[in-house]
Amino acid sequence: MGKRIGMEVAVAVAEAVGLCNIDMAAVYPITPQSHIAEHLSDLVANGQIDAEFVTVESEHSAMSAVIGASGAGARSYTATSSQGLMYMHELLPIASAMRLPITMAIANRAVSGPLNILNDHTDIMPQRDSGWISVFVENGQEAIDMSIMAFKIAEHKDVMLPVNVNIDGFQLTHMVEPFEMPSQEEVDAFLPPFVPHATLHPAKPVTMGAFAMSDYFTEIMKAKDEALLNSKKVILDVWDEWAKMFGRSYKPVETYKADDADVLMLTMGSMGETAQMAIDQLRGRGVKAGLVKLRLWRPFPHSEIKAVLKNVKKLIVTDRAISFGGPGGPVFSEIKSALYAEASRPLIYNYIFGLGGRDVAVGEFVGMVDKVLADTKNKAADTYEFWGVRE
Amino acid sequence: MALKTWKELPIGCVVSEPGSAGEYHTGSWRSQRPVWDDAKCIKCGICYVFCPEGCVQQGEDGFFKANLDYCKGCGICSHECWPRAIKMVEEG
Repeated sequence: MGKRIGMEVAVAVAEAVGLCNIDMAAVYPITPQSHIAEHLSDLVANGQIDAEFVTVESEHSAMSAVIGASGAGARSYTATSSQGLMYMHELLPIASAMRLPITMAIANRAVSGPLNILNDHTDIMPQRDSGWISVFVENGQEAIDMSIMAFKIAEHKDVMLPVNVNIDGFQLTHMVEPFEMPSQEEVDAFLPPFVPHATLHPAKPVTMGAFAMSDYFTEIMKAKDEALLNSKKVILDVWDEWAKMFGRSYKPVETYKADDADVLMLTMGSMGETAQMAIDQLRGRGVKAGLVKLRLWRPFPHSEIKAVLKNVKKLIVTDRAISFGGPGGPVFSEIKSALYAEASRPLIYNYIFGLGGRDVAVGEFVGMVDKVLADTKNKAADTYEFWGVRE
Repeated sequence: MALKTWKELPIGCVVSEPGSAGEYHTGSWRSQRPVWDDAKCIKCGICYVFCPEGCVQQGEDGFFKANLDYCKGCGICSHECWPRAIKMVEEG
């Protein structure tokens, strides 16, 4: 049986990954790294897990090393954030095109400039189109659960795609939280051994990552898109299986007090828990506000999003990144796109906040709902605003 | 060889047949072909040495020519040939 413990979330993620029988991890061991890599190196050095721990000279090399190891049939893991993730960027679409089921934790932190490295989502958003499965977690328990499930999803024969698990840097990775850590026996029962679709082996030579010209490139992109779209079924199955085994259920889109709401707020990541407290306060004074939490970012859960937003009049989409000179935040852009063909659509307000580690307190979420409800002429709808910016 | 549809591609486009790159005739990229004038050729072999595709071959008579299945028509052989024995001629 698993046991209930209190621990720093980043350390707990490393402990959880340590239960997953990984063969190797490759990381760049200095800033902007997190305790995930540090504690994983302790587990390897102390002989608690039997894995190769490769300290490379950059994140570009870290991703290259896990691509090579995964190609050789090793269960491979890495963790990074911020500038490190940006430095991996070139390799990310290669990992997914080669259909290598690598698993990566991203302790989401701001990208320069200016140099900051505190929590927001500006590191993951430029990686959106890399062809990876991408999930966002809300708390420490979810970070552990998703980190273990990521291996099973990635390595499923109908998926064979890399997965990144987004865990808000500092705001979540550095918190000490109570949670239930599954036992080794439970993880062994849940997670089957990795069976690669092909391996690099001298006895049976294959070529991975070969060149392709324009006569094949379109077909390869189509196959990759289909693979990512089709992964959703396996993601849902694995989450269901987890719920049956561990009693903790996860859905691509979750709601809180949303059924009768006049206004809904949508969050992704750790801000969901703060927003939930704001919803309780608003309900306490009779405001019909509710919350939508988006957990699955890629493949994007179009049908689920449409279903939960079908009857609401006003929607607040929160973003922790911005597409400069574009439509606003990336989540806002996605939600608008998902709802475009719907007969009935809410007015959508986009607040960009929590950038570079700026705290967003419960009262600010309450303020957003109040502001949107007071906008009776809908002047601020369908556009974006930097919440709390000094004018 | 018929081109595969997206559904027929192996997962991750893994190539399981070693040496199959030889089946890909890069000569189709060529817009000019090298033509040797054996009267000027001194059989020095500099064209053979410089060909980046390794597709210049020496015949039994000691003269050189390109394997047009793979020659991309880059013209390096012609540029390097100091007796000026190789001319680049438009294809088609």
